[in-house]
Amino acid sequence: MSNTTTAWSTASRGAPSRFDLIALLLVVGVLAFFAEGSRGVLAPLTTLDVSPVSLDPARLPMYVARTTMRMFAALALSLLFTFTYATWAAKSPRAGRILVPLLDVLQSVPILGFISVTVVFFLSLAPGRVLGAEFAAVFAIFTSQAWNMAFSFYQSLRTVPAELSEAARSFRLSAWARFWRLEVPFGMPPLIWNMMMSMSGGWFFVVASEAISVGSTTVTLPGVGSYIALAITHKDLQAVGWAIAAMLAVILLYDQLLFRPLVAWADRFRFEQEPGGLPPHSWVLEALAGSRLVARFLRQLRRYGRAVGAAIRTTRPVTVRLETPERARQLDRIATGIVALMLVAAVWQAGKFLAPELGWRDIGETVGLGAITALRVFLLIALASAVWVPIGVYVGLRPQVARIIQPAAQFMAAFPANLLFPVAVMGIISWKLNPNVWLSPLMILGTQWYILFNVIAGASAMPGEMRHVGENLRVTGWLWWKRIALPAVFPFYVTGALTASGGSWNAAIVAEVASWGDERVTATGLGAYIANATSDGDFHRIVLGVVTMSLFVLLINRLLWRPLYYYAERKYRLS
Amino acid sequence: MNADLKPVADTAPLLDVLHVRKTFPRGDGAELLVLEDVSVAVKPGEIVGLLGRSGSGKSTLLRLIAGLSKPTGGEVRYAGRLVTGPAEGIAMVFQSFALFPWLTVYENVALGLEALKVPRDEIRRRSLAAIDLIGLDGFESAYPRELSGGMRQRVGFARALVVHPNILLMDEPFSALDVLTAETLRTDFLDLWSDGRMPIRGVILVTHNIEEAVQMCDRILVFASNPGRIVSTIEVPIPRPRNRLDPAFAALVEQIYVEMTAKPGRGAAPRVERATGAGIDTILARVSSNLISGLIETVAAPPFSGKADLPEIASELQLEIDDLFPVAETLQMLRLADVEGGDLRLTPEAISFADSALDERKRLFARHLLAHVPLAAHVRRVLDERTSHAAPKSRFLDELEDHMSPEAAEQTLRALVSWARYAEIFAYDDETGSFSLENPT
Repeated sequence: MSNTTTAWSTASRGAPSRFDLIALLLVVGVLAFFAEGSRGVLAPLTTLDVSPVSLDPARLPMYVARTTMRMFAALALSLLFTFTYATWAAKSPRAGRILVPLLDVLQSVPILGFISVTVVFFLSLAPGRVLGAEFAAVFAIFTSQAWNMAFSFYQSLRTVPAELSEAARSFRLSAWARFWRLEVPFGMPPLIWNMMMSMSGGWFFVVASEAISVGSTTVTLPGVGSYIALAITHKDLQAVGWAIAAMLAVILLYDQLLFRPLVAWADRFRFEQEPGGLPPHSWVLEALAGSRLVARFLRQLRRYGRAVGAAIRTTRPVTVRLETPERARQLDRIATGIVALMLVAAVWQAGKFLAPELGWRDIGETVGLGAITALRVFLLIALASAVWVPIGVYVGLRPQVARIIQPAAQFMAAFPANLLFPVAVMGIISWKLNPNVWLSPLMILGTQWYILFNVIAGASAMPGEMRHVGENLRVTGWLWWKRIALPAVFPFYVTGALTASGGSWNAAIVAEVASWGDERVTATGLGAYIANATSDGDFHRIVLGVVTMSLFVLLINRLLWRPLYYYAERKYRLS
Repeated sequence: MNADLKPVADTAPLLDVLHVRKTFPRGDGAELLVLEDVSVAVKPGEIVGLLGRSGSGKSTLLRLIAGLSKPTGGEVRYAGRLVTGPAEGIAMVFQSFALFPWLTVYENVALGLEALKVPRDEIRRRSLAAIDLIGLDGFESAYPRELSGGMRQRVGFARALVVHPNILLMDEPFSALDVLTAETLRTDFLDLWSDGRMPIRGVILVTHNIEEAVQMCDRILVFASNPGRIVSTIEVPIPRPRNRLDPAFAALVEQIYVEMTAKPGRGAAPRVERATGAGIDTILARVSSNLISGLIETVAAPPFSGKADLPEIASELQLEIDDLFPVAETLQMLRLADVEGGDLRLTPEAISFADSALDERKRLFARHLLAHVPLAAHVRRVLDERTSHAAPKSRFLDELEDHMSPEAAEQTLRALVSWARYAEIFAYDDETGSFSLENPT
């Protein structure tokens, strides 16, 4: 459910370039490598069953705490990744040429399909088994959080105002000082926002990654996700209820204690102050800022920070290094050589892994199933749009209503919809409904809110004078929607719809196959294909399924959403 | 022109605003009065100007007339009928142009006719005629983002005129344009108006630019703030085309400056009125210390030598009245200047301020701030009395909100902070929202 908003303004605009293809092949190669490694170590781990989870609600707070810890561990990793990867991509045009498309491909990979592969891999790496499973879960969450954060930071680095950059250079700031004094603060507001969106999406994956069965290997980490998995096996509706309640409480706390304070805090880094909008507020931040104890603690922290900074700081100011054309050509050749080498290795790895086991029929099958899932996603997005766009416009034009609905929609987007699946599945089973139809809404259950809150944001961003023109000219009814309301929210809608679409593809893996106790319902689609391959421990089909799905997502993004996004930016953006 | 208006005699008003009053609900349940007992009549063939500073409710009045919002009391009558919503025959031009970026020039102009369900052919004919009239020929297929500000506002005019309104409402239509473009557009508009080539019969122009009002209007209604109300009506008898260099023109501009800076009793400048001698309930304007010393220096130096005519300073410093008046009033409040009859006269202290170096200036400013701004003295006293020598911002905000709206309280405290920092009489930390006597570390 990665928020791809920022990716669109950075990645290359035009038709897919050869770098996109290279990036894609590299990712496929790495996937195959992981799967190959996992297959070898599967056998000795068959009996793994880490610390059994109990359905006792009294243990839920502990599970919730474990789940939350995983989230933060992944967030820390994502930040580290962001500061290094994005910085490298932005500072070195040579590296950026391949790193940026690579990021774009990575964010199209369905993480849930990928988990099964990485779980076994990490289990085989880690000395202690629990630790290995934890690594795998954290890695899964990391892959759901890191890409859009990196994109956002990369974009900020590329758009640091030239004057600020020149000022930093003329004061002879070292690269280290420039990074922390200028570039990080400048990139902070969008990064914080993306971090928060990542966290929101992450809940979905943390829940899904805690209880994973690959073939006969079952990994159960203590957490909300495995609690609910157990509740499903035991058909314990009450326990499902407890889990949902616990999760609601956690997300509420996360929203109040982390999200809002951070957004309010990051407001100070905003470079341009657009007048009119009220600065974000947070009671927690105000309480913290008012506390003398906290102030003393921060002073102390700053002192340590300065000491550390002084220790590592390189005093060497940045000098403009001039590459001679000769040397530049040489470096280019070396870089091209390395990429080519990696490419060969990747293709060889993928070919060696997939070719002996899979034929054209398998490829045809996955593409067919992918088309079915694509149809499902499109129909659902259309349905959700028909419902939420009018409501979003209505709400957005009424500030008093929007003040209540907007945070609620963001809250709903953060709530892991997979916790609600059992309830729906029970209904499908007991009323004997067609799973091909009735499992589908689950895919968009958690992602439709992106459409709603983006449309609300779009409608409330509409300038008052523009609305007055419509009233003054007495534009009403369908003409009003056609000429004024729909165009005004269109760019925002596209952002919301592409996020919802990406998230729905991911959700397909858990939504197209669902179970309640020992009963299992399956819809036809690529998500079900991957899920079934996972429970069979068939790594070849997992990789084929994941690669096919990545290609679908990538192609739909490139051929539909991205052109639509640029069209909207060019034609409809109010500025 | 509209056929159903023919029976109305030419002297009967097109538009009648009778004892209109408008309040907005405030957060704390109380009501904020923005317009008090305002009456305006627009006769056929007349351009009426609503002149005042920002916050005097003139744009609110325009929106009441347009039927975009409803008065709390009183009534608006157009062509004898009560205005209850956007009326046919009243069109508006906006300060920010308010063009739809996704529609071409032609589509923007045609929108109003589409809403009226006019047949296609007629939409085309009338839209092209309006585009032609306003000098946009050849730009029909351009998008607003491709046009300069002046061209955009021309689209705004064409869009308003195409529906053949009887009354054109203009909300500071030239204030977002540069000086030259604004002048061209004004002249073009006045030419069309004088030649009777536009379908409109009456115009209401909202402006905060005194010269613009004198150049364009037949009658100027001067507004005062807190609450918004009309304080005087000025007829402009100068025949068109009007020349800014004409002595009669300059005299009228001067007269309006006098009206707008009048002493208590005339009521044109209530903020000044309450500022002198009042308690902490005075709303302070956010005026930077740079502007304060800048104005003092300018007036102290030749050719003014201590006394200056406000219109002259305004043109000398390129300040609009919204910029100039708050500085002048702040100087008056601090007893650094007297403002009367459109003149600003520095006090002896201000002259010595102009002659001093920075440290001496700060000391002098601090003395005046503590002596003449009760809120400054109050905050300083509270900080002196407390053992911690610190107090949260909320303490003073609460106190101020007993007397004014939360926004005004925030603005007042911000203004005080900036002056107190310059005067170095106390410190304020925005992160923690606390006032203190400490020097920042």
